[in-house]
Amino acid sequence: MKAALERFWDHDLAYSFRRSPVTVLAALMTLVCVAGAVFAPWLAPHNPFDLSSLNLNDAFSPPAWTAGGAARYPLGTDDQGRDILSTIMYGARISLGVGLAAVALALVLGVSLGLLSGYMGGRLDAFIMRVADIQLSFPAILIALLIDGIARVALPNDAHDSIAVPVLVLAIGVSGWVQYARTVRGSTLVEKNKEYVQAARVVGRSPPAIMLAHVLPNVTGPVLVIGTIHVATAIITEATLSFLGVGVPPTQPSLGTLIRIGNDFLFSGEWWITVFPGVALILLVLSVNLLGDWLRDALNPKLR
Amino acid sequence: MLAFVIRRLAQAVMVMLAVGLIAFSLFRFVGDPVVFMLGQDATPEDRTRMTQMLGLDQPFYVQYANFVVRAAQGEFGLSLRQIRPVKTLIIERLPATLELSFVAGLFALVVGIALGVYTALRRGSWISHVFLAVSLIGVSLPTFLIGILLILVFAVLLGWLPSFGRGDTVAIGWWTSGFFTASGLKALILPAITLGLFQMTLIQRLVRSEMLEVLRTDYIKFARARGLTDSAVHFGHALKNTLVPVITITGLQLGAIIAFAIITETVFQWPGMGLLFIQAVNFADVPVMAAYLCLTALFFVIINLVVDLLYYAVDPRLRIDRTIAAH
Repeated sequence: MKAALERFWDHDLAYSFRRSPVTVLAALMTLVCVAGAVFAPWLAPHNPFDLSSLNLNDAFSPPAWTAGGAARYPLGTDDQGRDILSTIMYGARISLGVGLAAVALALVLGVSLGLLSGYMGGRLDAFIMRVADIQLSFPAILIALLIDGIARVALPNDAHDSIAVPVLVLAIGVSGWVQYARTVRGSTLVEKNKEYVQAARVVGRSPPAIMLAHVLPNVTGPVLVIGTIHVATAIITEATLSFLGVGVPPTQPSLGTLIRIGNDFLFSGEWWITVFPGVALILLVLSVNLLGDWLRDALNPKLR
Repeated sequence: MLAFVIRRLAQAVMVMLAVGLIAFSLFRFVGDPVVFMLGQDATPEDRTRMTQMLGLDQPFYVQYANFVVRAAQGEFGLSLRQIRPVKTLIIERLPATLELSFVAGLFALVVGIALGVYTALRRGSWISHVFLAVSLIGVSLPTFLIGILLILVFAVLLGWLPSFGRGDTVAIGWWTSGFFTASGLKALILPAITLGLFQMTLIQRLVRSEMLEVLRTDYIKFARARGLTDSAVHFGHALKNTLVPVITITGLQLGAIIAFAIITETVFQWPGMGLLFIQAVNFADVPVMAAYLCLTALFFVIINLVVDLLYYAVDPRLRIDRTIAAH
């Protein structure tokens, strides 16, 4: 156990991690955000969704350190008397969940299509890559908005709220598969002519088995880096869609929804309702981005 | 050359047809148009008559062809929410979006190039570091948050600038312009900065790295050896040669600016097409959605086509292969 830990400590990645204070800070911030989100039901001072615990008399209470603030609500309360800190923690849970699920979807979709495209070649390859080219010429957020919009129109009104989150994951996931597919296709084209793949073919393994068991493990390196940075992008996309009012419903607010709600009160002076969720979003996205940048540089042998 | 142009044109037409198919499917398969027109209690005879009148008994491809012909003429029917022709709605909103996008693009280009040149020439100075750090944060901030923060500082706390709407506009024919009134210009500032900030940082970084590269080349050394002034070397020789990639990137980003106008327009309640689209999505207003979709796709296809052809004309090296800059 101790030997394993020491090996980990001396590993290249761990070394470059220790050497970069910004990365360590970013990792800590990410950890705080993720822990706060995951353990929100146990850590949050209040349960913002327990209607019986809400008190409208406490609405618009400013942050604790300003005049009129109450220590019970460290970051103040919103228009319904919900504790801002608690709504942020619960909101980050939804933001992170949607972001991670969307990235997972994009990753699986992109890697499979990239593998197929690169390994099979021919018409299938031409078709998939043409679709990718076309999709890449539109911004991802427009595609996500489009898928979300179509789903909204196509599904009955009463179903909106209950399936809003899966639809959102689908929209963000589908809008992000191209990068994975292109990268994996590129590496697959290189790998498929190597001897170990030929050997597997000679032995008589089926193409799906070769793709999954032999090619896939050798093309996953860059996918990890794209995935990490994509988490930040996906969280931003989710927040943007929710801010535009086409994301998650107000009954289970994400960070974007909270900012949207708070935006209505900006002019009457209740700045904390929108600013604190905004700051939480910035910190989360910035630290994930920094981690992604570090991972990209650390895994890139050219930069060593 | 001709083969390349034809191939690109064919691809552009294919994209438009595909987008048209999505828009058409929205119309055709979302809800029943007959029930929509007649209500739930219509008699079967009425339904049959309406189905024939709307041409819904014809085969799918005939209906699609009709849709494409009408869409090409700009006819998308009536908005379900406002009961007005979609064409009129779009024409009303188009100037607002185009003016905002234009100013945002101009801001991104001018400030981006200025900051890029500055950070390249004064590489070590602390101001350059500040600019670079700010641009890094600018890239990772979501657009709508930048807008909210600008509103908070300049509209709510300082009260200098308006936070929503276009201000007073002047009508020139069907085009309404905010360029000629003080309140219109003031209303443009915050939305334009919000919309252009991302592209500004992009251009700043691009100009900086290109400048640094060009400044190392022999002809710059030669220009210095000839005794030319610093400004002649920097702006006459170096900057000129960095502009080709800047122009192409700006061209490609023009589409992104129009798309991201959706977010900026929502934040600032700017009465443009993006706001119209978001309202249409929220109210399931299919005709407006379909029209916006087709129009935006048309913008994108034209921009990509022009940039591709320009690339081909400007840089012979790219005739072999080229990778589109990913956004």
